[in-house]
Amino acid sequence: MSGDQDQSSQLQANIKDAIAEGSRLRLMGSGSKDFYGRELGQQRLLDLSGNRGIVSYEPTELVITARGGTPLDEIEAALEANGQMLPFEPPHFDGKGTIGGAIAAGLSGPRRPWGGSPRDLLLGIKLLDGQGRIMSFGGQVMKNVAGYDISRLMAGAMGTLGILLEVSIKVLPKPAEEHTLIIDRDPLSATRLIGEMIAESQPVTASYSLADKQAIRLACNHQRLAAIRQKYGLQESTESSGFWQQLRDHKHDFFQQPKTLWRLSLKPTTPLELTEPCLQEWSGGLRWLYSERPATEIRTLLERHGGHAIQFRNGDRSGDIFHPLHPRILGIQQGLKMVFDPHGLFNPGRHYSDY
Amino acid sequence: MGIDRQSLAAEFLNMLPPDSVIYREEELIPFECDGLSAYRKVPLIVLLPYTTEQVERVLKHCHEKQIPVVARGAGTGLSGGALPHEQGVLLSLARLNKIIEIDQDNRLACVQPGVRNLAVSEAAKPYGLYYAPDPSSQIACSIGGNVAENAGGVHCLKYGLTLHNVLQVTLITIDGERLTIGANGLDAPGLDLLTLITGSEGMLGLVVEVVVKLLPIPERQQVALAAFDDVEIAGKAVAEIIAKGILPAGLEMMDNLSLRAAEDFVHAGYPTDAAAILLCEVDGSEDEVSEEIMRVRQILLDSGAREVRTAEDETERMRFWAGRKNAFPAVGRLAPDYYCMDGTIPRNQLGKVLTMIGEMSEKYGLPCANVFHAGDGNLHPLILYDANNEGELEKAEEFGGEILELCVAVGGTITGEHGVGIEKINQMCAQFPDPELETFHAVKAVFDPQNLLNPGKAIPTLARCAEFGAMHVHAGKLRFPELERF
Repeated sequence: MSGDQDQSSQLQANIKDAIAEGSRLRLMGSGSKDFYGRELGQQRLLDLSGNRGIVSYEPTELVITARGGTPLDEIEAALEANGQMLPFEPPHFDGKGTIGGAIAAGLSGPRRPWGGSPRDLLLGIKLLDGQGRIMSFGGQVMKNVAGYDISRLMAGAMGTLGILLEVSIKVLPKPAEEHTLIIDRDPLSATRLIGEMIAESQPVTASYSLADKQAIRLACNHQRLAAIRQKYGLQESTESSGFWQQLRDHKHDFFQQPKTLWRLSLKPTTPLELTEPCLQEWSGGLRWLYSERPATEIRTLLERHGGHAIQFRNGDRSGDIFHPLHPRILGIQQGLKMVFDPHGLFNPGRHYSDY
Repeated sequence: MGIDRQSLAAEFLNMLPPDSVIYREEELIPFECDGLSAYRKVPLIVLLPYTTEQVERVLKHCHEKQIPVVARGAGTGLSGGALPHEQGVLLSLARLNKIIEIDQDNRLACVQPGVRNLAVSEAAKPYGLYYAPDPSSQIACSIGGNVAENAGGVHCLKYGLTLHNVLQVTLITIDGERLTIGANGLDAPGLDLLTLITGSEGMLGLVVEVVVKLLPIPERQQVALAAFDDVEIAGKAVAEIIAKGILPAGLEMMDNLSLRAAEDFVHAGYPTDAAAILLCEVDGSEDEVSEEIMRVRQILLDSGAREVRTAEDETERMRFWAGRKNAFPAVGRLAPDYYCMDGTIPRNQLGKVLTMIGEMSEKYGLPCANVFHAGDGNLHPLILYDANNEGELEKAEEFGGEILELCVAVGGTITGEHGVGIEKINQMCAQFPDPELETFHAVKAVFDPQNLLNPGKAIPTLARCAEFGAMHVHAGKLRFPELERF
C-alpha cells in the first residue's frame, strides 16, 4: 500500500532523544481510544501512525504480521479478500483505530468468548522498549513456549511498557454466513436460554441483551438456522450485520449517554443487585452500566463476585479508571515497568497512577 | 556451601507430616529425573505437602534459608524442567489433587495442580463438558505441570494451548505470599500476568489452584485418514484445507517411519507403504460434521492424496487416533533409545525442513521418525539411537540441536509445547539475542530476585551463550547460511 513505511529507526531515535531530554511521551496511533484510560499530563505526543503497512500475510498460515500503525480497516480488508478475519472483532469506535492500538488497549468485540481476545491471538511482537532497544518476542507460529510470553504481556498494557513496532496475529476463517435471531422473553429466561444454546454447542458468535430486547448471532447456513429457530422457538431478526458493528463500535443508542459508563467483567451467570440500565454481551460475561454510584460501591460489588470494573467513559478521569490492584500485584507491575521502561517514558499514569 | 540433609529434614518435619518429607538416599532416587531421563540429579530433599498452607510454609522457609526450590507435578515433562537441584528442595504438588468445583452454568472447573489432565474431563463429562488441551501424556500429566509448560496437544489449532483455557491461578510467591492472578471472568485488571505465569516452567512462582474453561462435548467427531506418496504433497494438502476455510479440530501428519512403527504397535490400519499420512478430524453438530468431512475428503483427493478413508464408526475413529497417540512409544520400539524434539515451523516450510532433517539423519547415521502437529506447525522428530554405543547419545543430542536451530532459521521456534527446561537451554541462545535474554532474566528477578525458583533452567546466562556460540559459529560460519534469517 502507498504510505507503507518502516519507521523503527526514527522511533528509536525519538526514544533516545526522550531519554536524553528527560521527557515523557504520550503514545498515539489514530487516537480512536484517546478517551480510554486515566487522564494524561503534559507529555510530548509521539505519533505512531506513520509506522504502518502489512509486513507479511500468508492466508494458509493463518497469520498476519503488520506494523503497529497499520489501520484496522486496511488489515480487515486484506483478510476479507481471503475469507478471513481478526477473530477478536476489535472495536473501531470513531471508525479509525490501528492494530497496535487495538492490541495495546486489549479490547475485543462481541465475538470475544468464541473468537478469543487480543492477547489470545497475539503470536509475536517487535518491541521498542524504554531503553531504545528493539527486541523480538514470540513469533509467527501458534505454538511457542521458548522463554516467558513477553508479547502477550503487551496486550492490554495501554502502551506503558513499550512501542509495538510489529505484531503477528493469528487469524481465522470468517464464517460464510451469520444470522441474527431475536429472543422474545424476559431478560432472565433469555439469558438462561442463551446459556442453554451455548451448552448445546449451537454456533453462537455474539449475544446482546438490553432491557426487554435480546439477540443472538449464529454462524450457520439457512437450513441449520431454521432448525435452531424451531428448536428454541426464536424469530429471525430484520437487523443486519450492521447491528453488531454498531454494538462493537459503541454507535448503538445505548452508548450515547453523557453519564459515567462502566465496563464490568465477570462470570456470565452472576446476578448483580443493580437497578441501573445494563447492556450485556458475551452471554453475560461483559456488562455495560451507566451509574453515578460511588466507584468503590461498584468495585466492591464486582470484587465480591470475582470480577472487576473499569470506568470506561466519562466521569472524573484523574482517579482510578482501572480496577485497583492487590498491593503485591501492583508491586510486580511496577517491577515490570522498570524492566521495560526504566525512565518512565511511556504513557505515565495512563494505566495506573503508580507507573 | 552445602546444606546438611539431616538437619534440613528435621526443619521440614517440624512443619509437615512425616510422610511429606523424603530424605533417605534410596527414597530420593525415584525423583532424580522427570520424563527426560537422560538428565538425572538426586535432590537434597523431596517434599510432598498436602495443603496450600504447607506449600506457603515450605516456600517461606526456603526463602529465609536461601534454598533453591524445584517444583514437580506428575513428572512427565520432556525437557527436564523438573530436574532436581542437588542443593535444593524438590517440591512435589502431586498430593494437591482435588477437584474443588465444577461450575456447569459458567463452564468452569476449579482444580488443584496435582489433578491429572484427563481427570478434569472425566469429572466434567456428566455435565456434557470437557477440558480441551490434551497433551499426549494426558492420562498421567497434571494440570499444574500443564500450566507450567503451557502444554498443547493435538487440538491446539481450534481450541488453543493451556494459556487459552485457563482463566485464573492461585500463585504462591517465593516468599510464601498467596496471590490470585487472572479472574473468573474473561479478563482481569492490570497487566496480564497470567501470560507470564503460564509456561514459566516453575521459575516465577508455584501454582496451587487453577480455574480452567470447559467446553461442551461436541455432538459428533469424525476423522479422515489420507495417504500420500510424497511428504511435500501432504504438506500442501494441509495448506489447502486451511485455505478452503476449514478449521479442523485435529490435523496430524506422520511420516513413513513413524506410521509403520505405529501400525506394528497398535494395528491402526495405516497404509504402511505411504510416504506420509494425514489425520484430519472435524467436530460439531451431526449435520455440520457430515458436510465438512465430505469437503475435507474432496480437498484431500484434489490435493493429490492417493487414498482417503473416513472412520466407519467410533471404534475405527479411536483406532485411527490410537496410532497417532501411541507414535512415541511405537517409535520407541524401533531402537533402544529415542530423543524427542519439539520445534515449531511455519507450515509452508515443512517440505524443506523434512528434506534437511533427512540429510542430517544420513550425516549423523541415526534414523529419525517425524510426527507433525500439522495444524499448528509443531514438529516432533524422534531421533533413534542406542545409549550403550559410545558417543551415540552425544551424536543424537547434536543432531537434535541442529534440528532446533533449523526451526529457528526458517522462522519457527525451538519448543512448541515441551518447554526449554534444561534440555534446550543452549538452543535458546540461537533463538534469542542478548537483549531478549537479559529481559527474561529481569522479568524473573521481579518475581524471584534471589533466583531460588528452578534456578538454571529455561533461560541461559549470557556467559553460557557466549560459550555455546563459540562452539557453534565455527570459523565465523553460521549454520544454514543459505537460509534467510528471521
